[in-house]
Amino acid sequence: MTSIKYKSTGSGQTGTAASSSALPNRTHSDDSNLQRYQHISDERRGTGGRNMADALGYFSIALGLAEALAPVTMSRMVGIREPSGSGRRMMRAMGMREIATGVGILSSYRPRNAVRARVAGDIMDLAFLTRTLVRPTNGESRNGKLRPRVFRNDKHSADKGRVLFATANVLAVTALDIQTARQLARQPDTRTSQQRKKGMIIVRRSITVNKPISEVYKFWRDFGKFPGFMRHLQSVTMLGESRSHWIAHGPAGKRIEWDAEIVEDVPDKLISWRSLPGSDVYNAGTVELQEAPGGRGTEVRVTLEYDPPFGRLGSKAAKLWREEPTQQVEDSIRQFKVMIETGEVLLSDATKQRGPHAAQPNYEPAD
Amino acid sequence: MKATCWMGPQKMVVQDVPDPSILNQRDCIVKVSSTAICGSDLHLYNGFLPLMESGDIMGHEFMGEVVEVGREVRNLKIGDRVVVPFTISCGNCAACEAGAFSICENSNPNAYIAEKMLGHSGAGIYGYSHLTGGFAGGQAEYVRVPFADIGPLKVPDGLTDDQVLFLSDILPTGYMAAEMCGIKPGDTVAVWGCGPVGLFAIASAYMLGAERVIAIDRFNYRLRKAQEQADAITINYEKVDSVQAVLNDLTAGRGPDHCIDAVGMEGHSHGIQYMNDRAKQMLRIHPDRPIALREAILACRNGGTVSVIGTYAGFIDKFPINAVMNRSLTIKSGQCHVQRYMKPLLERIQNGDIDPTFVISHHMSLSDAPEAYRIFNRKEENCEKVVLQA
Repeated sequence: MTSIKYKSTGSGQTGTAASSSALPNRTHSDDSNLQRYQHISDERRGTGGRNMADALGYFSIALGLAEALAPVTMSRMVGIREPSGSGRRMMRAMGMREIATGVGILSSYRPRNAVRARVAGDIMDLAFLTRTLVRPTNGESRNGKLRPRVFRNDKHSADKGRVLFATANVLAVTALDIQTARQLARQPDTRTSQQRKKGMIIVRRSITVNKPISEVYKFWRDFGKFPGFMRHLQSVTMLGESRSHWIAHGPAGKRIEWDAEIVEDVPDKLISWRSLPGSDVYNAGTVELQEAPGGRGTEVRVTLEYDPPFGRLGSKAAKLWREEPTQQVEDSIRQFKVMIETGEVLLSDATKQRGPHAAQPNYEPAD
Repeated sequence: MKATCWMGPQKMVVQDVPDPSILNQRDCIVKVSSTAICGSDLHLYNGFLPLMESGDIMGHEFMGEVVEVGREVRNLKIGDRVVVPFTISCGNCAACEAGAFSICENSNPNAYIAEKMLGHSGAGIYGYSHLTGGFAGGQAEYVRVPFADIGPLKVPDGLTDDQVLFLSDILPTGYMAAEMCGIKPGDTVAVWGCGPVGLFAIASAYMLGAERVIAIDRFNYRLRKAQEQADAITINYEKVDSVQAVLNDLTAGRGPDHCIDAVGMEGHSHGIQYMNDRAKQMLRIHPDRPIALREAILACRNGGTVSVIGTYAGFIDKFPINAVMNRSLTIKSGQCHVQRYMKPLLERIQNGDIDPTFVISHHMSLSDAPEAYRIFNRKEENCEKVVLQA
């Protein structure tokens, strides 16, 4: 039996990435597609912020529920012995605020603003507690003119110790909130989210096809084949080596046309095209090809970006009818695989038509 | 043509629908001579498999005569008598090339739905919900067969429909369940469920060299069939205190070397765990009642194999992962790669190694399909397997 020998890195010292490898005999892969994901472990990205944000989200919801459902108990916990009606209402409102920020944090992928909202909430809480501390009877006046707000009377004034304890807790959470917000803010925008800010949609799909790389390259280089597997295209005509004319089915039966040109073309590696300036709809696409390991055929990575008609709202609406461009593009890439491997895009009785149909033959023409 | 249509849970109707036509050039159209109701059709019948549409044509076990072929189909001609595998497979993708036909990468036009629910998509299947492609099924007078150059097997003269019909699904399925066990001489195999797939798993385990096969069910008529026609030792789980105790006694404490779950998502039992499973299924929290699977895992000997051939549709809980991990169990599973087994099993039928007709309990007409579903589901009239003739 052969044993794996680990290269010594000295007494507790970590060497460079290359010399500390546990697999010294493995030749390092310089696959650019893998390297794309290596930065995930880069600590400057502050990926830790995400986990802490989740924890804060759950904490917000739990605290919010307690405040909203048991305002009296919660008031007593922070030192208010006998909360008045308005005090209870205030506690409930604070609870609702906590729940809202909690949901905001958990439902967002990059909850920077929701965590910032938590910091603002913390400041409100601190202001409330400070007031309770400074004026424990909350305006219960000596001359009787000011109406009591939170506390009913002198007998039931605030418990100073509890208020201080609560304040210390809120301060600790505030520190966590600020730290998490800063960590999240350090995360750079992904390319997709950068484009989204400009109102652009980016779709990327990778698929492995059981065909040699040269055949796959030839397939993609002939844009005239695209309508065969991209349902939203009516036709693509090559106007020369690099220029092409595209006609697509737009929303509501509208026809959209544009000219495109190839901007990069590396045989068996990459094809990139984009619409020419002055087109109705800006769009661009890139196909990257790479041999799959161990004779598994060809890895195909397609990135398409476009300016959706009627903006992002329009594409959300189209989603309801499964005409959403992102879904269409993803379907197209899968259909490309079916077409190049089997020769034709496969239909079933139900999927011959768009939208829900019973799985039985019908005489309507396919669309 | 007449076709058996799913109109809602426990609502089957035989109605007139348009005849199928060639949609792709590798299609053929088969005029169905015999078709059968599968145990997995009952999960659709009872409404436990998601993504059915009212009007879907049922059926994935069928055979018949080729009446039309697409341009690209060169190995079949009009008039050929064929039996068709229930998995639709392209023959070109990496999975098909490796013989794993039921995970064909190209035959499910609704792969995007399957990807959302299962992570990746398996093959398309006839008449088996829109999750597997929305293909019209074969419990009809005619059916369209995609990738006809890959799937259908020509039936040699001299064999009856009943002898070869089950090559479409249940015979290869039961055989694969036994094959996945990797049976060695002297092995004991326990099979949960004595439906047709369970019976074929029992018979196949013997064909593959098992010493003893133990069959577990709750219907005496099914256990009798397992005992008399497939030579199994039988346990009626409703008549014993503990199936595991009986299995331990039969194997002197070792437990069966291999356990086959031929029950799937609608298992039965009693007690609190069963009520819990049943309630979750009714509330649509879990579509599955993995009772047989749990029992099979706990009963299996250390280092043994659990072969899961029964159908599951979603997520399960109370899964004894501790037993799997700490006792070095191997779990194997999959829809049957039918095309891989059809020819060798046809040879076994021709050689007389197995007579698949023993599972048939009823012959009925296609127009009686709703009644056939009813008795099969309620296990009335000692129903084991219904063959429908057009």
